[in-house]
Amino acid sequence: MKARERTTLAVDIWRGGVHGRLQRYDVPRSGSQTVLDVVTHIQRRLDPTLAYRYACRVGMCGSCAMTVNGVARWTCRTHVDKVAVDGGLELRPLANLPVIRDLVCDMGEFFDKWAAAGGRFESRRTRRDAVMRVAPDSPARRAVDAAIECIGCAVCYASCDIVTARPDYLGPAALNRAWTLVNDVRDGAPRARLAAVAGDAGCHACHTQAGCTERCPKGLAPTASIAGLKRAATRALLRGEL
Amino acid sequence: MSVPALQSDATARRETALWLAQRASAVVLAVCVVVHLATIFHAVRQGLSAEAILGRVRGEPGWAVFYGVFVAAAAVHAPIGLRAVLAEWGGRRGRGVDRALILLAAALAAFGGRAVWAVIG
Repeated sequence: MKARERTTLAVDIWRGGVHGRLQRYDVPRSGSQTVLDVVTHIQRRLDPTLAYRYACRVGMCGSCAMTVNGVARWTCRTHVDKVAVDGGLELRPLANLPVIRDLVCDMGEFFDKWAAAGGRFESRRTRRDAVMRVAPDSPARRAVDAAIECIGCAVCYASCDIVTARPDYLGPAALNRAWTLVNDVRDGAPRARLAAVAGDAGCHACHTQAGCTERCPKGLAPTASIAGLKRAATRALLRGEL
Repeated sequence: MSVPALQSDATARRETALWLAQRASAVVLAVCVVVHLATIFHAVRQGLSAEAILGRVRGEPGWAVFYGVFVAAAAVHAPIGLRAVLAEWGGRRGRGVDRALILLAAALAAFGGRAVWAVIG
């Protein structure tokens, strides 16, 4: 029987914390069904104890990412048709993050690394200064444009083998954020930020395997951002500015 | 939680310098390995004996410089790569590891230099 003719979907979902097991649910199939639709059906109709996260359902908030058949994905915009294997799904929490319960991870570490990478904009101006003009077609602004649409879903972080090997590695999302600020001509802390990202768990630890770029649901290229940081740090070192 | 503390400027300088040394030595090695393999291939195809090869390279400053650069690049490249492998696969890093790797770099340079001297000097 072909997958599209099936009327139910066999869904195995991780239940528990660090220790747990997969539990099977049978979910009715429907047209244009997303993986998030499947999880929501289970929680509302079959098992209200299932824990998962979502908010916007339209690919903006970055809260619904899970491991779907072994691959980290944003579930609200992932159609079951595209990812089901033999009419089934296996859903687990994101890799590389501590599991709280079922499909929910503790994202604290992920966002703390944004702060550790100097992810906060540091203004050089006061409210009495005029708004600074940034030419939209300048190379620096184009570099920002290419990297700015991150929604913080942690799919890249969960897909990064370096984070798995070195748990203190800042990771693709935090470094991508830092790259947008390195290219922000309004920013007032470029040197401190380069020092923050060029440490022993920073941009130089990246092996350019591009798992992040392969999996980013927004089509961003954190690998390119990290390469940019490596170049910027090297230039700063050679100029004696690091 | 395994979030790194804010990095010092000295750490950033060291890591960036090591990264640069790793990449620069890789560029040198890419050229050296190709020249070395082409030379060996040529020698084997010509059916040259060890004696004939030694006869051609002994006392030649060009070969001494080439293999001296090759050894230096390998002595820089290998310990930095091993440092990353130890950090990622063994979770081993810090001052003790760095000191051991400096010794490894010195050993590679010394043994390699000795080999160059023995063949060409």
